[in-house]
Amino acid sequence: MRVNALKTGLLALAALLLGGCAAPAKYDYSAFKESRPASILVLPPLNSSPDIKATYSMLAQTTWPLAESGYYVLPVTLVDETFRQNGLQTPADIHELPAAKLREIFGADTALYINVKQYGTSYMVVSSETRVTAEAKLIDLRNGRTLWTGSATASSAEGDNNSGGLIGMLVKAVINQIADSLSNRAHGIAGITAYRLLAAGRPNGILYGPRSPMYMKDGSPAQ
Amino acid sequence: MQARSRRGAPPVRLIALGLLSACLLAACANRPQPLYYWGSYQTQVYSHFKGDGSAEEQILALEKDMARAAAEGRTLPPGFHAHLAMLYGNTGRTDQMASHLALEKQRFPESGTFMDFLLKKFERPATDAR
Repeated sequence: MRVNALKTGLLALAALLLGGCAAPAKYDYSAFKESRPASILVLPPLNSSPDIKATYSMLAQTTWPLAESGYYVLPVTLVDETFRQNGLQTPADIHELPAAKLREIFGADTALYINVKQYGTSYMVVSSETRVTAEAKLIDLRNGRTLWTGSATASSAEGDNNSGGLIGMLVKAVINQIADSLSNRAHGIAGITAYRLLAAGRPNGILYGPRSPMYMKDGSPAQ
Repeated sequence: MQARSRRGAPPVRLIALGLLSACLLAACANRPQPLYYWGSYQTQVYSHFKGDGSAEEQILALEKDMARAAAEGRTLPPGFHAHLAMLYGNTGRTDQMASHLALEKQRFPESGTFMDFLLKKFERPATDAR
């Protein structure tokens, strides 16, 4: 009896852990694998939300997940400064620039085009929710090909139930730590969105870059 | 209590279970040591974008990060030296600006084209003045 219970428990535990691990291998990485970029130029994100802070809040959160995934990320502040000095003030103008021009000035293998779809707090009867949602597209600047697209969202309400596991705990910690103002809260949530969107090793996420020990070891074989 | 009465068997089983869980969790969590020492870099970048705090304050914070990273033998992240170079440039310390742009290029050759572009732009007025 006790042995059986133990076995059942063990199986359940294994299934649970493996279930949490298994990644749906759906994304077609063939273009990504052909390109194998080493560097990423993050353009100031487009902002489809009503909060003007969204562009630079998101931009400031992108370096960490991409660099820790093994890529060289061009210095976001200097890149932004360079656009400004050349009279390009809005993300929309910058996103229109030809790939060849970006390659010439910044020397990056790829550019990342982000669109922030939601950013901020909606007020409800009993509580409020802060949510940040973004989409991204990675373009090879050497030939204009799309290597990867993805989207992600994060919300302050996620910490309420415990289903989020590690990330859920992270969300909760961020909210508890940065509870001084709602604008800071949105910036913290943007950090989680950026992580989910841009960190390698996540289902359908970008592949690891050359500076990661995981380089070339991930991604399902191209089908 | 029951463990005592069965002399050793349950502890072995417990250890095996623990090892199995640890293995599975390790495989799952897959969180190696970060590649870089981040310090306050991301915070300083956001402060710069928002126009919070002076360039001097940001420089001090980043210099502190630099010292800590060196003490721990860790690598600073991509863009760190380039961002610091820009802050030095904004406060008129052009020598330090040039040396940190060069450091960024040395640590991360991927930045070469952009760093050369910036260095060239910055050198031109200096040679004109001569």
